[in-house]
Amino acid sequence: MQIDAVIDEETVLQVENVSVYYGAFPALRGVYLEIPKNKITALIGPSGCGKSTLLRCLNRLNDFILGARVEGRVRFGGMNLYDKSVDPVEVRRRIGMVFQVPNPFPKSIYENIAYGARINGYQGNVDELVEIALKDAALWDEVKDKLKNSGLSLSGGQQQRLCIARALAIEPEVLLMDEPCSALDPISTGRIEELMHELKQKYTIVIVTHNIQQAARISSYTAFFSTDESRTGQMVEFGPTTRIFGQANDPRTRDYVEGRFG
Amino acid sequence: MTPLNLKPDEQVDSYFDSNLAKRYWFDRVFVSTAFICTLVGLVILALLLFDVCKDGLPRLSIDFLTHYPSRRAGQAGILSPLVGTIWLLVITALVAIPIGVGAGIFLEEFAASSLLAKVIEVNIGNLAAVPSIIYGLLALHVFVRLMNPITGGRSVLSGGLTLALLVLPIIIVATREALRAVPEGIRQAGYAIGTTRWQVVRDQVLPIAFPGILTGTILALSRAIGETAPLITIGALTFIAFLPPLVPLTEGLRSPFTALPIQIYNWVSRPQEAFQIAAAAGIIVLMAVLITMNATAVYLRNWLQRTRN
Repeated sequence: MQIDAVIDEETVLQVENVSVYYGAFPALRGVYLEIPKNKITALIGPSGCGKSTLLRCLNRLNDFILGARVEGRVRFGGMNLYDKSVDPVEVRRRIGMVFQVPNPFPKSIYENIAYGARINGYQGNVDELVEIALKDAALWDEVKDKLKNSGLSLSGGQQQRLCIARALAIEPEVLLMDEPCSALDPISTGRIEELMHELKQKYTIVIVTHNIQQAARISSYTAFFSTDESRTGQMVEFGPTTRIFGQANDPRTRDYVEGRFG
Repeated sequence: MTPLNLKPDEQVDSYFDSNLAKRYWFDRVFVSTAFICTLVGLVILALLLFDVCKDGLPRLSIDFLTHYPSRRAGQAGILSPLVGTIWLLVITALVAIPIGVGAGIFLEEFAASSLLAKVIEVNIGNLAAVPSIIYGLLALHVFVRLMNPITGGRSVLSGGLTLALLVLPIIIVATREALRAVPEGIRQAGYAIGTTRWQVVRDQVLPIAFPGILTGTILALSRAIGETAPLITIGALTFIAFLPPLVPLTEGLRSPFTALPIQIYNWVSRPQEAFQIAAAAGIIVLMAVLITMNATAVYLRNWLQRTRN
C-alpha cells in the first residue's frame, strides 16, 4: 500500500486506521487517508470495495445501519468524529452529502432548501439563502420563476443540482458525493462536473465514482480501493490523481485505471 | 445475414421452440378464470344488495331515521342505534388512532429491527387474527367490571374502548406499511442536512405516509362499526329510547347504548315480518354509513396525493 503524504496541502479530514464491520463481517479494514482542503478527492474501486462505506463514515451516516461498527478515528477540525462528546447531527450539518439517486423532498423547490436552514436555526434571510444556494448549484436561472413548484417536477439532472443546493444551504465545510452522476445522462453529468469545479473554491469535496474517466477529469487526488480474498475492502493506493493514473505503484491500481479489471 | 423470421407458425432452424400458440392459450385460460372469480364476487354482492334493497328501501324514510325503536314494528325507527354507532365511531377513532399510529411510528422508525420490535410485530400479527368475541370477553372483564367506576359499566365508553382494542392491531400494521413505503432516500436526505430522527419522521416521512395511514385507519374504523359480537358480549342493549347526552359529556360516555348491527341482529331474530323489513332498512343505513366512510378514505387519499405533487 502506498500513501503519498499530502505535502503542502492543508487537510480537513484525517482518517486514521478506520475499519468498519457489518455485524462480524469486516467491510473495510485499516484505512489511513487525509482529505486536502478545497480539492476534489475521488474514491474509486470495484463494487463492494468499501468506498461508499468509508464515505458514510465521514458524516456518521453509518450510525443508522443496524449492526454497523466503526473502529479507528476520523479527525475533523482536531476532533474525533466518533468521540462520545461529538454530536452526529452537528457533524452532518458541517459535512454535507449528495446521494447516488436524486432524493429531493416531495415539497416545493424553495422548501427543499429552506428546510435544512430552518431546522438548524438559521438566523439570516431565508429568501436570500435559497437564492445563493441555487446560484451556487447553477440551478437558479432554471427555477427562479417556479420556486413554489414541487422539487419532483424537475428533471433528473436538475433534481440532483437541487440536492446539491440543499446540501450547500446549511453551509457545510465538506461535501460528500456518493456517485452523484450515476443516475444522470452525459449532459447532466457534464453540468455537475463543471459545478464541482466551481464548488471546490469554497468547499472540500470527496466523491465516490465508478466512472474512472470522471475521477481523472475532476479530481486532484485519488484513492483506489480494492478487496482481498475474504472480500474485505481496503485502500490500496492514494496520491495525486496524475500519479495514480500515470504511474501507479500497485499493479492492481494500474490494472483498474487502465480498465483491465473491475 | 438471414432474414429475421417473425412468423410464429413457420419452422425455424433453432434450439428455441417458442410454442407461442400454447403459451397464449394458457394466458387466455388464466384471464378467463380470474374474470370468473371476479364475477362470482360481484354477482353475489349484487344479489345480496338487491335482496336487501327490495325489502328495505320502501321502509326507509325520514321517520325511520328519526324515531326510536319500538315494540310495534310499523313505528320502529333506528335513531338510537344510528347515534350509538356514531358515538362508538368517534370514541374508537379518538382512542385507537393516536395509540395505533404512535405505536406504528415507534416500531417502524425507532425500534426498526430490534429484537423487541420483532417480538411485538409477531404478537400484533397474532392479535389482528384473534376472533372479535375474545376481545369482547376481555373487555367485559376489564372495561365493564374492573374499570366500572370510570366507564360506568355497560356504557358507550366501554363499547368504544372495546372496538378501539379490536382495530388497534390493524391500525398499527397499516401505519407500518405506509411508513415502510416511504423511500429510504428521503430519510437519508434528512439526516444528511443535520436533522434529528424525530424531525425527519415529523417533517418528511409522516407527510408522505399520511394518506396511506389515513386510508388504513378509516378502513379499520369501518370494520369496527360493523362488529356485533364484542358489543353483545359487553352487554349493549337492544332497546334504547333515549340518546346519550352530549352535555355533560361524562354522563353521555357512561350511558347505556345500542348500535346498528345490534339492532339489526335483534330485528332479524324476531318472528314478525314487519321487523324483518325494518332490519333490511337498517342494513341499508349501516351500508350507507360504511360506504360514506370508505368513499371519504378514497377521496381524502386522492386529494392529499394531488396537493402534494
